[in-house]
Amino acid sequence: MSNLIELYRDLILDHNKNPRNFGELENATKSIEGVNPLCGDKLKLFLLLENDLIKDISFIGTGCAISVASASMMTENAKGLEVNQCLELYAMVHSMLTGKDEIDEERLGKIMALSGVKAYPSRVKCASLSWHALKQALSTNQLMASTE
Amino acid sequence: MKSIKKDFPILSKQINGKRLAYLDNAASTQKPKAVIDALSHYEMNLHANVHRGIHHLSQEATQEYEKVREKIKNYINAEQVDEIIYTKGTTESINLLATSLAKLCIHKNDEIVISTAEHHANIVPWQQACQATGAKLVVCPIDQNGDIELEAFNSLLSPRTKIVSISHISNVLGSINPIEIMIKNAKKYGAITIVDAAQSIAHLPIDVTQLGCDFLTFSAHKIHGPTGTGILYGKYEHLTAMPPFMTGGDMIKTVSFEQTTFNSPPYKFEAGTPNISGVIGLGYAIDYLSQFSWDEKLNYENSLTKYLIESLSAIHGLRIIGNPNKRSAIASFVLDAVHPHDIATILDEHGVAIRAGHHCAMPLMEYLELPATARASLSLYNDKEDIDQLCNAIEDTKRIFQ
Repeated sequence: MSNLIELYRDLILDHNKNPRNFGELENATKSIEGVNPLCGDKLKLFLLLENDLIKDISFIGTGCAISVASASMMTENAKGLEVNQCLELYAMVHSMLTGKDEIDEERLGKIMALSGVKAYPSRVKCASLSWHALKQALSTNQLMASTE
Repeated sequence: MKSIKKDFPILSKQINGKRLAYLDNAASTQKPKAVIDALSHYEMNLHANVHRGIHHLSQEATQEYEKVREKIKNYINAEQVDEIIYTKGTTESINLLATSLAKLCIHKNDEIVISTAEHHANIVPWQQACQATGAKLVVCPIDQNGDIELEAFNSLLSPRTKIVSISHISNVLGSINPIEIMIKNAKKYGAITIVDAAQSIAHLPIDVTQLGCDFLTFSAHKIHGPTGTGILYGKYEHLTAMPPFMTGGDMIKTVSFEQTTFNSPPYKFEAGTPNISGVIGLGYAIDYLSQFSWDEKLNYENSLTKYLIESLSAIHGLRIIGNPNKRSAIASFVLDAVHPHDIATILDEHGVAIRAGHHCAMPLMEYLELPATARASLSLYNDKEDIDQLCNAIEDTKRIFQ
């Protein structure tokens, strides 16, 4: 059961129960929908961008504990970052979730709580959905991001 | 009925150090050793291409392969062996029908009736047929219990109804639809009736002659056979009139660059080298199941389903989705404040295999106002211990998420 404890850490369960930055952002300058067609998870990100700065960010949607907690943590971490910093963070989180490259655990901080997902290949997409949507929102003009 | 678990090698496997409780039978069933041995015997001793060869192996393979048509004909009580078409599975069977019937007889303003609770495989092909022909897709509602609203169904029928395509058993709710009466009523208007028997083929006796349906579809892997193999049953007169779905080798009589004449059914619908071993495996799966009487099978499955429903109902905070008049061996459920994917992950850690998600029935999920459900589905090899293991794992899920 140790993998399970790693997956459902208290921090994840807390973010799932009380997601941060949950709700629509009225003065958003950009929004994007993220879908995981395999499981039907759906979320929508709202961004308030001022030049290159992510002044505010929020999300709405439904999903499993992993996807909701991940989205909640993503908004906490992205708020106040510049676009380039955000894309860097995305790359680090992606490496952490897939377990492919060396990662800077210190830089990731609490986001490391999501690292238990590595042991569950079928759940990696749950955790990456919101990050994927964030990257799409920042690097393209698309209105829809998909994990597929 | 005595336990048949030992006949299925995979069921003795340990998952995450736990006894495997395989409760995902609506997605795919496991194979008995008899089927696995037959597949292996075929590959080691019989394999060659069918229908074409003069040599010994090809003749033997053809014989084994064709023998299965007779078994299927008997299993579903079709009138003749030529009414049994081999396909890749239920999905291909329905696509074949939608494509071929659209060319043959679906016209602008015709209506195609399905239900709210259909699998995507019995929705999307008809949407495509409607797009191609200008016909209209008409959806028969279900009630909150998950039962077809029969009065609404009857009122939807009219001379415009060209096709009625309904699942025998809902893959999400487990409801057994009253297809006998639906077929009878649809026939009054001359509609073509199609039964998607993917979920019922292993669980209910099916008699196409008595049902009077025009077509019936199912997949081998839902009846303990291999994946990539399925059946389309069709009344011979229809099969003769219908244009082919795919074209190529084996489905022709003669080919010149100017013109091709097609083979007769069933071969007209079987272009290319088929899944020979899959078909042979299906034959052995039917032999395996046929050693038990329907009385035995139904008694056992019904009592196990009752135990499943009672056990799940006793779990505080768990809601079973649907309460149909007649239920097959399927139960969908949700837990307060725990997403079905999280349930499935935790259950897996306990060795319990279930399905979580929209079950390829997104319109039904929308109707139920649920993003997803967890689904436990039984087979003859399951026992009360599997269900107890499921319920204990659900209690653990609740503990983690409390």
